Order: sequence, then structure tokens, then C-alpha cells
Amino acid sequence: MPVPTDPSPALADYAHPERLVTTQWLADNLGAEGLVVVESDEDVLLYETGHIPGAVKIDWHTDLNDPVTRDYVDGEGFAQLMAAKGISRDSTVVIYGDKSNWWAAYALWVFTLFGHEDVRLLDGGRAAWAAEERPTTTDASSPAPTDYPVVERRDEEIRAFAPDVLAHLGNGPLVDVRSAEEYTGQRTHMPAYPEEGALRGGHIPTAVSVPWARAAAEDGRFKGRAELEAIYAGEKGLQQGDDVIAYCRIGERSSHTWFVLTHLLGYDKVRNYDGSWTEWGNAVRVPIATGAEPGDAPARRS
Amino acid sequence: MSAATAGGAPTEGLPPALAEIVEDFHAVSEPERLQLLLDFSRGLPALPPRYAEHPELLEPVPECQSPIFLLTEVDDDAERSVHLFFSAPPEAPTTRGFAGILAEGLDGLPAAQVLDVPGDVCSRLGLDRAVSPLRLRGMTGMLGRIQRQVRESTAA
Repeated sequence: MPVPTDPSPALADYAHPERLVTTQWLADNLGAEGLVVVESDEDVLLYETGHIPGAVKIDWHTDLNDPVTRDYVDGEGFAQLMAAKGISRDSTVVIYGDKSNWWAAYALWVFTLFGHEDVRLLDGGRAAWAAEERPTTTDASSPAPTDYPVVERRDEEIRAFAPDVLAHLGNGPLVDVRSAEEYTGQRTHMPAYPEEGALRGGHIPTAVSVPWARAAAEDGRFKGRAELEAIYAGEKGLQQGDDVIAYCRIGERSSHTWFVLTHLLGYDKVRNYDGSWTEWGNAVRVPIATGAEPGDAPARRS
Repeated sequence: MSAATAGGAPTEGLPPALAEIVEDFHAVSEPERLQLLLDFSRGLPALPPRYAEHPELLEPVPECQSPIFLLTEVDDDAERSVHLFFSAPPEAPTTRGFAGILAEGLDGLPAAQVLDVPGDVCSRLGLDRAVSPLRLRGMTGMLGRIQRQVRESTAA
């Protein structure tokens, strides 16, 4: 049974307010039957320093990624992970984390690849909970194992691969959510250190630049719908019905933007290109644009 | 990649304090290694006032996902003893843990020994699965910067 959604007026304007909960709602609902709270952070030890009582930890590196292939776990792996974390197929899962919920959004996106129906973010994440001095604990959570079905991962709707992006050039909008320096292709050479991660700098031609953080308010919560629309629709021209692909460096910041576009603004065809710049910037003979302009789609190679 | 230790023990070529830390990590299970890393995070000494008041003197380590700054001092004694100083916020416990390991393992050593520490030491802690190799790159970045600073200080 899903836990009732958060009726807070603060969320009501969003396209899918049922995908967010406020800190107050979570405080009121901790321990509710069918609710599992998940912490997902950039820092793999942060959970251990203190977490929301009863929350379980899911780490993007060590839990969600396949250890060998650059891919997510498969249906079997996900089912095992869910079972170990006490999550059932019909659980309401609320995810929160550090860095304005980057990794929480990433985890939510992976849950969505497996079609887990009721998965929500805690607006403001870990920082908002801490700022309000709400209770935390270092006690390890030991959920009762569940029986989660093996569900095949469905990538096609919300995940883009490099060939999809190539085919997309000139046919639909691309959103680059990295910093301006990464977008333009400027390099920051550190003394005695090679730049790691990508051999080439710049962005995918035609991509508009909207650094992910523009969607976040000062306190790490999401900006209101009108402000978000002013950025993505007003300034960048994304229209309802557009087939949108977002990317960053490894797909984590673009999960945040994917969440904003899909659940807060209601775009229904948004894909996250998780290969992102660490794939594109290393791939042979893919087109790249540098500088502040999006650049043109290249002529098709026959 | 435990290939780093191919043909030898994970402690091979390490100064004693660092070797002992590596042994401690290998002596416990993987989940306990995270707890041990957390202990190092908590044990990282605070900056002395002369640096706490002048954070601009410290060098950033952009290889780490979280903000960390470090500085080395090399004494004028015969051995050119090295001292390490780190600054990282409590919201970055993993990075603090890496710094804590390097502080405990290297502080007070002669410069020559610090420079001899093998670059792959971070992959010898047995943390690849619990922490992931990508995150361990941050620790390698710290070590590289420490060694570069020491090399510069002793070059004259």
C-alpha cells in the first residue's frame, strides 16, 4: 500500500507533486507502514556519520553500478539489493542525500529504470533535514529482508546511449547541465597533473547550457515551478512534447535535471544520457563544439 | 585492482606506520573497513591556528570530489622531516578519512621516505569494493600533491 502523498502547498504547483515530500511530511511519517527511507550520497561514509532514523543506505558506486561493465545492475542484482534493504515492490521509497540531492535523484532515476512505482525525493535533501535540526542516528538500520521480484530493466524510455544522442542531433533539444567551464571546453590544468576523465573538452553540438544548480534554491530545495519554467521554457525554449536529452559528466547531475524536467515541469519525453561527457569526450570521431555557443548539428554521414 | 600488489605483500615498500595501517585494513571485513576509515576521518587533526587563520596557504586537491586543502612543511633538520596539514569539512568524511590515513602514516617521516611511497598505495587498502576505485583516485591525488610539495621544498 502506498503511503499517502504530501499535500503541502509548497509542492502543489509542480506537475507531479507526488514525487516530492517535505521535511515536515517525512518527520510526520517516519515509521509508517510501507515507507522506506533511503539515503544516497556522493560521500560513501556520510550515512555512517548520522542518518535519518530508520533510513537505509544505497550507494551509487557500490550498489547501483555493475562492478565490471559500465552499466547498472541487472534485474537480479536490483532485486537482491531491494530485498536486502527491506524494500518491496509496493513500498513507498523516499530518497534523500547530500549535494542538493544529486545522488538521490540519480538513485531515483535508477529505481525508475526498474519501474519501481512509488519513489519520491525529500525536497532539500540531507542538508535541509540537518538545517532544521531534525533527529539523526548512527544506529545501523537492520531492515527485515523482503522478497522483491526480478524485474527487467527498461532503458529505452528514460535512458539515452551514445548512438541515440548521435541520431538526436538536429532533431531535438539537448541540455548540458555541467558548469560553464566544462561546457565551453576550457581546461583547468593543475600543475603536474593531467586532466583526468576526458580527452577532449567542449560540449555536444546543439546542446544548450543550463548548469544543474540553476534548478536549486539557496537552501538546496528545488526552485518553484514558475522560476523553473522561466529557465527551461522561457530562456532555453524547451516545449512540452519535446524529446529532450540531458547529460553531464557521468549522469548524476543530469539525473537532477531529468527529475526537474520530468516530475516538476511535466515534460514526458526526457532521457538521461548517463555515458555523458566521460564517454562523449573520449569517443572517436563524434562531433564536439567548443565555446559558449551551442553550435550546429553536423551533416549526416552516410 | 589488487594487481598493484602482484608478487608482493600489500605492505611492500611502505614506511612502517603506513604499512601498519594497511595491515589494519586487511585484518577486518569489508564493512568494517568503512568503519575504520570513519575512525581515521574523526581522528584527522584540526589545523593549527597559523594555518586555520590563513586557509589561502593550503593547496586544493581537485581530484577529490569534496573540497580538501593540504599543506606540507619540511623541517631544516638533517632528515628534512615532513609535516602534513589538511583541511576538509565534516560533510566529506571519506576525504577526511583518506587525509587521516596519510597524516598518521606519513607525518614526521624523513622527506626521502615520503617521496619513496609508491603511488599505488591507495589501492592497497582493500577499499576498492567498499569505496570504489573512482573515489580512491582522490587519495592518490592527495599523495601526489604531498610528494610534489616535498620535492619542491627539498629541491633547493
